Amino acid sequence: MLKYLIKRLMLFVIVIFGVVTVTFFLSHVIPADPVGAILGENAPQELVEKMERELGLDLPLDQQYIRYLKGIINWDFGMSLRTQRPVSKDMRIYFPATMELAFFALFIAIILGVAIGIISAVKRNQLPDNISRIFSLIGISMPAFWLGLLFILILYYHLGLIPAGGRLSPSISPPPMVSGLYLLDSLIAGEFKTFWDALYHLLGPGLVLGWIQTAYICRVTRSSMLEVLNEEYIRTARVKGLKEKIVIFRHAFKNALIPVITMVGISFGYLLEGSVLTETVFGYPGLGRYAVNSFLSLDLNSVIGSVTLIAICYASSNLIVDMLYAVLDPRIKY
Amino acid sequence: MNKDISQNWIASWQKRHSSEVSDVKETLYLIKKSPMTMIGLAIILILVTVAIFAPYIAPYNPVTMNLDKRLAPPSKDNLLGTDELGRDILSRIIYGAGVALKIIFIVLAIDLPLGILLGLMAGYFGGWIDEIIMRIADIFMAFPRLILAMAIGTALGPNLKNTMIAIALTMWPVYARLARGETLSIKERTFIEAERALGSSNLKILVFNILPLCFSTLIVRATLDMGNIIRIAAGMSFLGLGAQPPTPDWGLMISSGRNFLINQWWVPTFPGFAILLTVFGFNLLGDGIRDISDPHLRRGKK
Repeated sequence: MLKYLIKRLMLFVIVIFGVVTVTFFLSHVIPADPVGAILGENAPQELVEKMERELGLDLPLDQQYIRYLKGIINWDFGMSLRTQRPVSKDMRIYFPATMELAFFALFIAIILGVAIGIISAVKRNQLPDNISRIFSLIGISMPAFWLGLLFILILYYHLGLIPAGGRLSPSISPPPMVSGLYLLDSLIAGEFKTFWDALYHLLGPGLVLGWIQTAYICRVTRSSMLEVLNEEYIRTARVKGLKEKIVIFRHAFKNALIPVITMVGISFGYLLEGSVLTETVFGYPGLGRYAVNSFLSLDLNSVIGSVTLIAICYASSNLIVDMLYAVLDPRIKY
Repeated sequence: MNKDISQNWIASWQKRHSSEVSDVKETLYLIKKSPMTMIGLAIILILVTVAIFAPYIAPYNPVTMNLDKRLAPPSKDNLLGTDELGRDILSRIIYGAGVALKIIFIVLAIDLPLGILLGLMAGYFGGWIDEIIMRIADIFMAFPRLILAMAIGTALGPNLKNTMIAIALTMWPVYARLARGETLSIKERTFIEAERALGSSNLKILVFNILPLCFSTLIVRATLDMGNIIRIAAGMSFLGLGAQPPTPDWGLMISSGRNFLINQWWVPTFPGFAILLTVFGFNLLGDGIRDISDPHLRRGKK
């Protein structure tokens, strides 16, 4: 197994290198003129050339690539033209916001998805199962941005249950930065009012992403449970006269868990993707919205930075899933 | 005389293909037995019909503006109301069906051949060809699809054509991996060995022996992906990185109707229902087809 894990880690390194390379070439195809964007269109020729030299744009492509790789190793993506701050500094602020949202949504999705999935499997083809199946099918078919708009229309405007957007109310200042996660930082600083306000602002985007991920996790839990419940040893346990509760949780669920864990890992990847749309709808200041704004304003450095960071997270979650899989399932031999 | 020959021909064809005929019959039976699959199929058939006959069904032209009727609520004249330029929302949704189907069709028309070609080559030849193709596939799969599609879409310039190319470039690894897996298991079978012993070339074996056997797996997967393709395309249009006005694209309609959410809720709401229903239909159909093609289930039902 150790051999498999090492091989998998090496693949991860190759993939990250590939990701960085693909991003570099994509960003050089983007028809943007960074110098023009900084200096304006009518800048004198000498100034343009000086700027190009400073940014390294006069170098041949292979040297630019090496310069770029060196920058990434030092986690330096240069300045963002839009925010006028170093991209890595921007990401230090926006990335924890997205993580907070993703973990919040994942928390909802795991609890609801697993619970509903088990009920669904146990009550197969009965009313609860049919309801949960339709709800999860709608969930996986739902365009996240549209669901977000419906939430704003109904839950915010008509019912007043969630705030319109953002990460904190304007009257409340962010907690002192430790982890960048407001929920955690506000607790560390003992600012409970900030904690509740941050939680309140997570409700809208969190429920949108949470419902969609609940649907995925619920479907996997259900089918995995159904498969296990058909096994001989479950029948044996029942024949032995064990309580149904014990059969379901100790005997069946434990063995049904592996596909569920895989799905949770995949979910985390989807959450990064979903956060792009959901953050845009709710005006939530996370990495997803930062990436969209960078794309729309053709701010190349922050495009490269945010895409690289998102891809690294995504590839890492896949890596963790694969490793967990190898560790958890004793039947798998590599 | 002539009739005789043709009848003979049909009889012999039926004899030669009897297992396939009964396979198709069984498939149809299983589809009929599953109400969810039937609903999915019905939704998709309606979608296709609407897309083909859009000019006859739609009450108005989807791009003609009528500024006197801006943001009119749903009424007898405009069943789903009008948008900020006075265009009939129902007509735009009807024409949007064609746009959605076109996106699916073109993405798959790029991805299936590309994925099959690369997957067959990787699986059949193995060695460094396999290694290179699969590592490139891994790199493409390391990006979340929407992010990569956004990046490619931006690099090529935001419009509908480039959206389709971008989505296609993010999805081919899935098909390449599947085709490779199938090829690996098929190429070890005795009949391939026999073909080779008879002197068939690699190309002939790949095209006539392996390719047809890969097909069903890839089709199932493609059906399951159709809903996702629409969702990603809608997401890109919503962010302003996909279809551009005045295309009657559902995602774009939601994006431009967003500003009217509170006071003219019908503008962004109805196109969303169209996306939801379409993706729902494809997911039902895809689930059904996957279950039906699952040999476990087939044996179980027999």
